[in-house]
Parts: sequence; structure tokens; C-alpha cells
Amino acid sequence: MASFFAHREVRGIWSYLHGYESGPLCLGYNFQHEHMAAIEIQELEKYYQTGFFRNQRKLGLKSLTLTVEEGEVFGYLGPNGAGKTTTIKLLLGLVFPDGGTARILGRPLGDIEVKREIGFLPEQPYFYDHLTALELLQYYARLSGIGGRDVRQRSERALARVGMSEYARLQLRKFSKGMLQRVGIAQAIVHDPRLVILDEPMSGLDPIGRREVRDLIQELNEEGKTIFFSTHILSDAETLCDRVAVVDRGELKGVGVVADLLRDMSGDVEIAWRGPQAIAALSALGARCHATGEVVRARLPERLQDAALEALRERQCRLISVTPVRATLEDFFLQHVSAEAKAEVQA
Amino acid sequence: MIGRIATIAHNTFREAVRDRVLYNLIVFALLIVGASILFGQISLEINRIVLINLGLTAISLFGIVIAVLIGIGLVSKEIEKRTLYTVLAARPVHRWEFLAGKFLGLVMTLVVNALLMSIGFFAAVAYVSKGLHPADLQLAVAIYFILLQFVLITALALLFSTFSTPVFSSIFAFAIFAVGTFAEDLRGFASMAQGVTSWLMTGAAYLVPNFAALNVISQVAHDEAVDPRLILLNTLYVTVYAGAVLTASVWIFGRRNLK
Repeated sequence: MASFFAHREVRGIWSYLHGYESGPLCLGYNFQHEHMAAIEIQELEKYYQTGFFRNQRKLGLKSLTLTVEEGEVFGYLGPNGAGKTTTIKLLLGLVFPDGGTARILGRPLGDIEVKREIGFLPEQPYFYDHLTALELLQYYARLSGIGGRDVRQRSERALARVGMSEYARLQLRKFSKGMLQRVGIAQAIVHDPRLVILDEPMSGLDPIGRREVRDLIQELNEEGKTIFFSTHILSDAETLCDRVAVVDRGELKGVGVVADLLRDMSGDVEIAWRGPQAIAALSALGARCHATGEVVRARLPERLQDAALEALRERQCRLISVTPVRATLEDFFLQHVSAEAKAEVQA
Repeated sequence: MIGRIATIAHNTFREAVRDRVLYNLIVFALLIVGASILFGQISLEINRIVLINLGLTAISLFGIVIAVLIGIGLVSKEIEKRTLYTVLAARPVHRWEFLAGKFLGLVMTLVVNALLMSIGFFAAVAYVSKGLHPADLQLAVAIYFILLQFVLITALALLFSTFSTPVFSSIFAFAIFAVGTFAEDLRGFASMAQGVTSWLMTGAAYLVPNFAALNVISQVAHDEAVDPRLILLNTLYVTVYAGAVLTASVWIFGRRNLK
């Protein structure tokens, strides 16, 4: 675990020094493209035709510009219906853009050959359930251009990697949701791709399964693969990602290194003391106070810390502690997304 | 390219087999054996005619029903279950290759199914006719034409599957098969009509697939020879017609947003 954090830190510093790109809340400097980007998106747009006569337009994605560098773990965050899956489908050629362009591993959208280098796990994957796990992996391996003995070897290796060797000869119709998710990840990596795109990889998994998928993503990244994954589970993104982008209602709300995004957030402090006589004064400052017996805790913005301490001193309260409250990705998310999305995350 | 198409075709065939599609062979076997025993009581001449009519019609209808019921889901079911996402999104597979693989896989299923039925059919004919004769080669021609029907109906079902729901696709496919069975009559009516009606009817008559020309069951049952030129013409007709339908499928599917 320690090595992982070290690894993330190195990546974070590296990306900060190189100044990742642009976006509404971009941090750092303008990046000169010395390295090939894994994904480069320029003003990509998508509208869906809706209504009985297909005469109404619904926004799917609004002028998205984003770059994912090779070798990073990139989290693509947003509430349900934000445009995450639309972006992935546009990149993979499942839907066609109404505007803008994108390049994957240096190749334009629609270039079929680049798909040899891409692994993809769809959201809530469903596979041909008449096949066994091994047959499914062999099917995908063959379609990826792998031939001969390699087909079986690589399929077995991919299944072993997700802990499914034991079930290799079981038909997929007998698999649980979690098992299908693992097979889904195995098919995404069976052809050893450079870029792995995962759409909600943790969805439907229990805590142990989520942990295993997180570990696998880290392993793949340590092998040099670029990971682009969408999620609405913010703690996963915070743990795994070098950088994240936040989308809501088809619009990019922010992109950058997680630590940098949070640095911009106004931090809070929690102050604990003995003596209820200061509650009114701190409440007047805007603090949220909570008393348990004689001990009172108040959370307030860091900039009000001195005023709060002064108020405690004046009322001769006994100070217990002053603790900085670290902003989380969830705080950032809640600050930048719509009210509906907030309700969803809080629920 | 060929490897990818073959892989998809093999998977389609395997899916049909594992979904117990070939179980229809049991019903067919019971039908043929029952008919042979039942008609064995009647005179040899009528017995043979009835058996050939019944056997070839059963091979044709069983295949048509399978072609439509599986064909209408070839693409729409893959979209609904999202199984094609992992094929088209992250494998070097063109959309037309996917369609070609699905089409060939189903045709392969139908051919294997029809050939297995044909073995039973020829065995029954040999039983009631006290052996097979050179003239029975005409029966093989009738079976070849039935296979051509399968190619046509599979191409049509696949076309509907690229843009419509399974329910509507099956209605369209069965309706076209029914109209196509009377294509010759439609052409006859068109020649009797006048003015715009004649133009419209002639256009419709030539637009629907001519399944009537692919049906020589009654002819071979009465030991009438099939003109060899018809074999060539029907082969060319089905190749061109199915090719055009598949091209339309590729055009539609190639532009479709897979939401």
C-alpha cells in the first residue's frame, strides 16, 4: 500500500510539473506534448434525438475537451446520466459525434486498428451466456488477432488474473453479477492492451470485490497501461486516480490532479473545547456546533479559525484541539454539480 | 478479416446449437417416420408423392421459422443485451464483418439442420420407394432451392434486425415470405392491370423476393425434371438479391448509434 501511495505521489508531481491541460478548472501549466497522449478529445459533442418524431434534441455531451496521458490512471466522474458512458461510446465508435474530434493513442476516431490496443469493460456487462468463461475469453482473443496456442494461454492467464480459473469451464449463465464483472475485466485485458477503458468497474461488487478491482487497476497501471475509468463512487477515484475529470449534465466541470483540485477548495477546521458558553459566539461566526456533554465541537472555514480561537479565549473556554478537515473529492463534486446530482450522491 | 468473420459465424452457430435449436430435428424425425408408416398402407405411387411433398415442405418450413426467429434477433438481441459492445468497441472488427459473421453463422446452422433432415428424408423415400433411383437427384435440387430460400429469408431477417424490434422484424419477415411465395401470381395480376396500378403492381412484384421460383416441391414430387437453367438463374437471383439486402443492412447498421 505504501508503495502505491509513493507511486501516486510521483505521478501527481510529474503531472503537476508538466502542467496538464485545460478545462474549466484546469490547474498547472500549459502542457507541451512531448509524450503521446492516450486520449485527446477536442470539443466533442453529442446530441440524441428524442420524442415520437425524433424531432427533439437532448444533450448527451457538450463540447468536451480533455487529454489523458499515457501511463496515468484517469477517473471520469459524474452522477448517473452525466455523459460518462456517452463519452466512452463516442471514443469507441459505438455512437457518432455531432461535433469535435478525438484521437486515441494517436489515431483518429473510427480507426479500427487502434482497437487492438484498447481493452473495454462496459457498464453492467452481459456476455454470451451459452459460452464458458474460457470459451468467451478465447472468442475475444481471436477477434483481437491473437492466434494459435497463444489464444488458450492468454485466456487462461487473464482468467487467473481475476481469480476465475476455478470457473473457467462453467457456462456464464450460471455466473453471479460479481463473477461476470471479473470475467468482464479479464476480457478487457486478454489481448494485453495499452489503454484500458472501464465503465463503472466497481458497480455491483461487494467491498472485497471492489478492493480486488482497485488492486488490479493499480497492477495494470504499474505495468505501464493507461487506465481510463468512469465512476460515480468518489472514494474509488480518490484512492486510485492520478487525475480526475468531473462531468455533469454533459458538461465538463473540472479536471486536474486530485490534490490540486482539492487544494483549491476552502479547507475547514474542527475545533474542540470545554464549556458551552462559546457556542453562541461561534455559531454567529458561521460554525456548525455540536455538544456532547461538556465537550463542544465546531466545524468552520479555516479563515475563521483565529476569530473562533479569540472568541474561546475571551470566554475562558478550555481548548482541546484544532484539527484541519481535509477536503474530499466528494466536497469538490458537491460544489460543482447540479442539485439533482448532489441529492443522488448524498443518498 | 476472414478469421474474424469465421470466429463470429462459429459463435453464432454454437449459440444456436447450445440453445437447442436443432431439437426441431426430433419433431421432423417423428413426422417422417410417422408419415412413412401411415402412407405405407396406401399404393406406392401416392405414398411417394405425399411423402416427398410432406418431407420437403417440412424441411422448408422448419428452416424458415428458425431463420426468422433467430434472424430477427441477430443484431437487435446483441444491442439489447449489449453483447456486441465488447466486440465492436474494443476489437478490430468492422461493423460489416460483424453482420457477415452473424449472417454466415445462421446460414451454417440452417444448412446443417436441413442436411440432417435431408438424410432422414432420403432414408424415408428409399424405404417407401424400395431404394433410391437416379431420378431422385431432382429431390436434391429441390433441397438446394430450399437452402437458397434460407439464404434469402436470413438476409431479410438480418436487415430488419438492424433497425427494428424483434416483434416488428418477425412480422415483416413472415409477411415478406408470404407475399414472396405468391410472387408469380402478383406478376400475373400486374400484367392484367392497367395504368398506374399496373406500374405499381409490377414494381411491387419484382421488389418482393420471388420465393415461388424457389419452390419446385410439387414438380419433383411428380417426378418432373427441373430445368438446369433454373438452377443457375435461381442461384444468380439469390446471390444478387441477398447481396443487395446485406448491403442495405451494412449501410443502415454502419450509421446506427448503438445507445
